[in-house]
Amino acid sequence: MSKNESLNIVGKPFRKVDARAKCVGQTKFADDIVLPRMLYCKILRSHLPHANIKRIDASKALALPGVFAVITGKDLPIPYGILPVSQDEHALCIDKVRFIGDPVAAVAAIDEDVAFDAMNLIEVEYEPLNTISSIEEGVMVDEPRIHDYGDSGNIHKKVSLEFGEVEVGFAEADLVREDVFFYEGNTHLPMEQHAAVAHYDSDKKITLWSSTQTPHYVHRALAKVLEIPASHIRVIATPNGGGFGGKSDPFNHEVVVCKLAMITGRPVKVTLTREEVFYCHRGRHPVLMKIKTGVKKDGAITGMHFQSFLDGGAYGSYGVASTFYTGALQTVTYNVPRYQFDGVRVFTNKPPCGPKRGHGTPQPRFGLEIQIDKIAEQLKLDPVAIRRNHLVEPNSTTANYLRIGSMGLGKCIDKVVEGSDWKSKFSGWDQSNRKLPFGKGIGIACSSYICGAGLPIYWNNMPQSGVQLRLDRQGGVCVMCGSTDIGQGSDSILAYIVAEILGIDPFDIRVVTADTDLTPVDLGSYSSRVTLMTGNAAIQAAERARELLVMAVSEKLGVPIENLSLAERRVFDVENPDTGVSFAEAVVLAESKFGTIGTVGSYTPPRSPGKYKGSGVGPSPAYSYSAAVAEVDVDPDTGIVVVERVWIAHDIGKSINPMLVMGQVEGSVYMALGETLMEEMTYRANRNVVHKFPSMLEYKSPTTLEMCDVKTYLIEDPDPNGPYGAKEVGQGPLLPVPPAVANAVYDAVGVRIDEVPITPEKVLKALREKSRGRDGRYGPVSVPNVDWPEPLRVLTPAEGGDGKEMPRIAVHS
Amino acid sequence: MKQKAHITFRLNGEQTEVAFAPHKTLLEVLREDLNLTGTKHGCELGECGTCTVLVDGKSILSCLMLGLEAEGREVKTIEGMAEGAELHPLQQTFADLGAAQCGYCSPGFLLVAEELLKNNPKPSRAEIQEALSGNLCRCTGYIKIYEAVELAAAKMRGEEYELPREAVYGLE
Repeated sequence: MSKNESLNIVGKPFRKVDARAKCVGQTKFADDIVLPRMLYCKILRSHLPHANIKRIDASKALALPGVFAVITGKDLPIPYGILPVSQDEHALCIDKVRFIGDPVAAVAAIDEDVAFDAMNLIEVEYEPLNTISSIEEGVMVDEPRIHDYGDSGNIHKKVSLEFGEVEVGFAEADLVREDVFFYEGNTHLPMEQHAAVAHYDSDKKITLWSSTQTPHYVHRALAKVLEIPASHIRVIATPNGGGFGGKSDPFNHEVVVCKLAMITGRPVKVTLTREEVFYCHRGRHPVLMKIKTGVKKDGAITGMHFQSFLDGGAYGSYGVASTFYTGALQTVTYNVPRYQFDGVRVFTNKPPCGPKRGHGTPQPRFGLEIQIDKIAEQLKLDPVAIRRNHLVEPNSTTANYLRIGSMGLGKCIDKVVEGSDWKSKFSGWDQSNRKLPFGKGIGIACSSYICGAGLPIYWNNMPQSGVQLRLDRQGGVCVMCGSTDIGQGSDSILAYIVAEILGIDPFDIRVVTADTDLTPVDLGSYSSRVTLMTGNAAIQAAERARELLVMAVSEKLGVPIENLSLAERRVFDVENPDTGVSFAEAVVLAESKFGTIGTVGSYTPPRSPGKYKGSGVGPSPAYSYSAAVAEVDVDPDTGIVVVERVWIAHDIGKSINPMLVMGQVEGSVYMALGETLMEEMTYRANRNVVHKFPSMLEYKSPTTLEMCDVKTYLIEDPDPNGPYGAKEVGQGPLLPVPPAVANAVYDAVGVRIDEVPITPEKVLKALREKSRGRDGRYGPVSVPNVDWPEPLRVLTPAEGGDGKEMPRIAVHS
Repeated sequence: MKQKAHITFRLNGEQTEVAFAPHKTLLEVLREDLNLTGTKHGCELGECGTCTVLVDGKSILSCLMLGLEAEGREVKTIEGMAEGAELHPLQQTFADLGAAQCGYCSPGFLLVAEELLKNNPKPSRAEIQEALSGNLCRCTGYIKIYEAVELAAAKMRGEEYELPREAVYGLE
């Protein structure tokens, strides 16, 4: 790997390669695509949360002038879903609807108005069914079943894993605490509504342009559902106008426009309304949590038993992975020698939940970091020290077999503690001796996130990311990769890395991405995998091209290969820099010697040491770390919490572009602030499970006036698995913010809000309780009684385990 | 056959004629009948600020204005912000500082910022926040947007302005 000190491009704050186009209105998003003879699609959605479909009559819609086709579930009978284990969706519901917004029929018409009128002429007769509307109901009520698969009744998935014996850990502990937390669901709210355009050509090939983060998975789903060869389907992901995980599933509207294009022989476009985007959802799971943790007097954890209960909504989506993620990363920050995880996901009659920034990990991190604060108070320990003193070692393996590489959390903690002037602000646990006035408070929390899922979504032995480079005799360089730019800058990362290695300018490079016909597979923009995986693939492809160039130039100039350097669009002798050729001449020499110059690179993550069932979720080539301190102002009369400032330090490994890293950190803090204080996907408390506010006005998200000041520190502790040592930043910095704010609220006014969002009502209720001499706390008090399976037992690495589960002993008579 | 309305107005400095279904919003007329897709939509209900354009120099939500109301007015969209091939200073700084991440809200922010700087060449951070408070951005946390507005404002005033190092590299 190149030496960091001699880098010309990597580490510098170049603008993004697509930045100017976005600032002049030239970037083509999916809804900006218009094709000749294009029809418009509208999708009729269920207005009932749970019902059997008795009859659909589209005759009136079909009779409307300007209508070209109406399709229903029977036209697309094959199910699909993002995970192989949850192929539970149909593009249009066949026999029943499972939530308000479930698609039932679709129209293609001459324009959007006619399509809308036709949609309203479709008659659907429903037979309403009882609904399942909460985690408790999902656990307790078996009938009616929302799906005819899953672990039982309305329980989609139930897991139990035990690493070492937690009871032994609790027996060794000086203090054992049990706490219950709740993290409300919330949604991505990308500014761009999902849109897609399908074109069916005269050779019976389909092209789909779509605002998707995962064109490869959409490609696979289309081949399955449309029953045409994948080689006849081309999926082009248009630049995403925000994703955050919300455009990571194959969606019904994508399938529907393809089918309508095939039927009508004309291009078909669909653009969802904002209300429909709320129903697409796939956002943060509401999670109820119970955490039992044993600690020694110094705060060292002896054992942890973590239980999570997920409200999955109406379909599987990424839910099985989400469930495991609520239990996977508790072990990677502080040393947890013995660990048990029980997780259950239920189906409910709500829009399906899935991956949102941090996928399944902000919820447990919220509970864990508040509980650590409570433990610190009980043991009269400093909340900084209890964290700082028990960090996981770099280059170690956790109890659940996650392989940790670089680990910069200690430095992160030091930075935010120093930067926030923590010591002169935090009052300790003695409220009688406050340093900040009552109402002002400060809190800390830490976190970690994966840099790419170690395993692909479907099992295979192929690379997770591929990059192809083409160099032409004019000196042009084209980099092709299946990755999808959702605003995070993944196209630019490819250009920076290739430019670094070939010694050219990033803006010399043509970047072609996210086109299943033209670009090698990259699995998509999810799990914070893109910089690490495409970066490594790009390095390999560019190093291979560099080798061809220097061989040809060496021969021409008579300079040894090892003396040649590539920089400033030249290939030259480092000992005699005037001796050299231009980059374009070097390509001509190489093309003359070797023929057309094209190289490839690919990346496959290292194998995980965990071999037990369920070990597929959590392993990653590297883990990023973050620490945050939040300073808040709480008005005890209104309960309003204002987050004034967040100090955040993020262990990025190495910034490929620090300016883009800063943008991801600030954006993560912003999104966290919304989840912490105001954002919630909630439903009316009756049997109808109607979304309370599927609009941008009432679904409150932070404006410029609510956004806090952010003080950012980038910690560079290069990871051997990252390109130039780089780790992720797109998701991890969200994680420490919600618990840091909750801990700061406690410091400010002495009440514990053990759920998000931390609304004024909750703060006031807790303050009233406290003023009446009761527990100044707002949050859940119990969890449903789940019939957990016998845990799968795994010896920890410290116990000499081999990563496999122990043979099950029949314990039930 | 639908009856189309027919208007003339100045669009990005050019005299423009357009025919469209009379119930269409200005947003729809711009995108669908004039192919100016740089103006985006996030809600089409006046909630997000994404579809902002300037009408007679004032920022308005084009999803809440009928196309018919543009008759005889001066409309500016993101496509008309640059002077020929020369980007507006705001467009330059938004691009250079990473104020456009996904870029979907950027046209609206840019036009509101242009209006702000016309009226107030040296806005404070609080004045920038107030002026941009009707526009939602889900990517940036707004911070890079503030910095881009401040840098562009300084450039437009002809002042030397060094962006704080910490804005790009973080604090030491």
